[in-house]
Amino acid sequence: MLLAIDLAFIIEKLVLIVIVVMASLVIAMYATYGERKIAAILQDRRGPNRAGPFGILQPVADGLKLFFKEEIIPDFSSKFLFILGPSMAMLTAIMTGAVIPWGNKIHFFNRDISLQIADVNVGILYVFAVVSMGVYGIMIGSWASNNKYSLMGGLRAASQIISYELAMGISLIALLMITGTLSLKEMVAQQQAGYWNIFYQPLGFLIFLICAFAECNRTPFDLAEAENELIGGYHTEYSSMKLGFYLFSEYINMFVSSVIMATLFFGGYDIPFLNEANYDQNWMALFGLIALMTKVICLIFLFMWVRWTIPRFRYDQLMNLGWRILIPLALFNMLVTGALILLKQSNWHF
Amino acid sequence: MSITEILFWGLSFLALFSAIMVVASKSPVHSILFLIVVFFAISGHYILLNAQFLAIVNIIVYAGAIMVLFLFVVMLMNLNAESEPKKNRILQFAGLISGGCLFLVLISAIIKSVSANNLVQMGGGDYGLIKNLGIVLFKDYVIPFEISSVLFLSAIIGTVVIGKKAE
Repeated sequence: MLLAIDLAFIIEKLVLIVIVVMASLVIAMYATYGERKIAAILQDRRGPNRAGPFGILQPVADGLKLFFKEEIIPDFSSKFLFILGPSMAMLTAIMTGAVIPWGNKIHFFNRDISLQIADVNVGILYVFAVVSMGVYGIMIGSWASNNKYSLMGGLRAASQIISYELAMGISLIALLMITGTLSLKEMVAQQQAGYWNIFYQPLGFLIFLICAFAECNRTPFDLAEAENELIGGYHTEYSSMKLGFYLFSEYINMFVSSVIMATLFFGGYDIPFLNEANYDQNWMALFGLIALMTKVICLIFLFMWVRWTIPRFRYDQLMNLGWRILIPLALFNMLVTGALILLKQSNWHF
Repeated sequence: MSITEILFWGLSFLALFSAIMVVASKSPVHSILFLIVVFFAISGHYILLNAQFLAIVNIIVYAGAIMVLFLFVVMLMNLNAESEPKKNRILQFAGLISGGCLFLVLISAIIKSVSANNLVQMGGGDYGLIKNLGIVLFKDYVIPFEISSVLFLSAIIGTVVIGKKAE
């Protein structure tokens, strides 16, 4: 045997990968529909209602429209990098799903199949690494466009993402001190046994949430594509499905960051007030997935609610918030958490 | 060939090819992108050694933060081959020799090292996992670790001082 590979294992993982990728694409597709409906409700309109009942086929129509649009690549840009930009944005958006636990084990064909593509030892750091690679999609695309508005948008996006990554990382350190593990699956197991992390880390969650808004380039932090200053921002020169990729990756990022927040702070696939071990494994995995998706949909709704409620920041306000408020706050949170853990270890005696 | 060997050769080829392209490519932006590929290949090697923490931190710090700043600077200055100043021949020659010396030292160090024949750590070797790394850093090497953190702190203060002076 040339390569000793467990074939069943490969098939199992491949099926899981295909399902996760397809699911995040479909959910992102319907997130665009949800966004337009929620915007309509908040602005007292009807929203999309022509394609299919309640406009439910609108995302399909949008996708088809983008495919049929003419594709334009600017003359003076590097063609390879111009195509690499949106591909990187899409790739990094999808890659994060690999370490997320979508549910506990299921039992099929006499095998215990874990509903997580890879339970790596450094789970949450992997997410961080992929998120930090997300900048390149925007930067490469904006530079290759050979357009000053695009470049300005790209630089804004990059500096914003780097600034907010710091506060996000520090707020996570406080959480990691409590859980004592980097594996996302471990964290969910701990929250199933005890309380959700949101009760231990309310301030950490708030900081993480604000940083997630900034990392996804969502309003009120969408300065990278501020229409009234920068035309379309970093995707000014893009058309057809490449533009679609950029717009779409934003929704996938939103979905993924909602899943991460649900896993870190809201117990992941944990169903509150229920001891999962007492019931059938497969049914509990299904209900756990439904519980996770319910939490995720609530968080995605929060993303959209904020977008249609709060106006965009000015750039100096954005930088002030990131460096002068969020980072000191996150450091304070970390110190308080550390002090409390030390006190608890010495049984609340000074 | 086992799958780890195939991965090892693939990653080594990728790392060397991209490293050569960093020097050889004309456009600075392309050089930086190739350098990012090099970091990824090296992270792949770390994972083969089961040093997951080091691999992921390499990507976060180097590929994710430092190279973004490099790219930032190159894009802002819009460097290209025409605007690049011509370098002195003697300087180029000196650079070649000193670089070659470093290369020789590194090669001889690697040949002498114990694990020269053991480039891939199969299974079992979990010394690179974050828990073991933390224990080693905070028990056996506390003083060097703290001294290097003081060094980092002084570097941070230095940048703040320089940044203030420019205003």
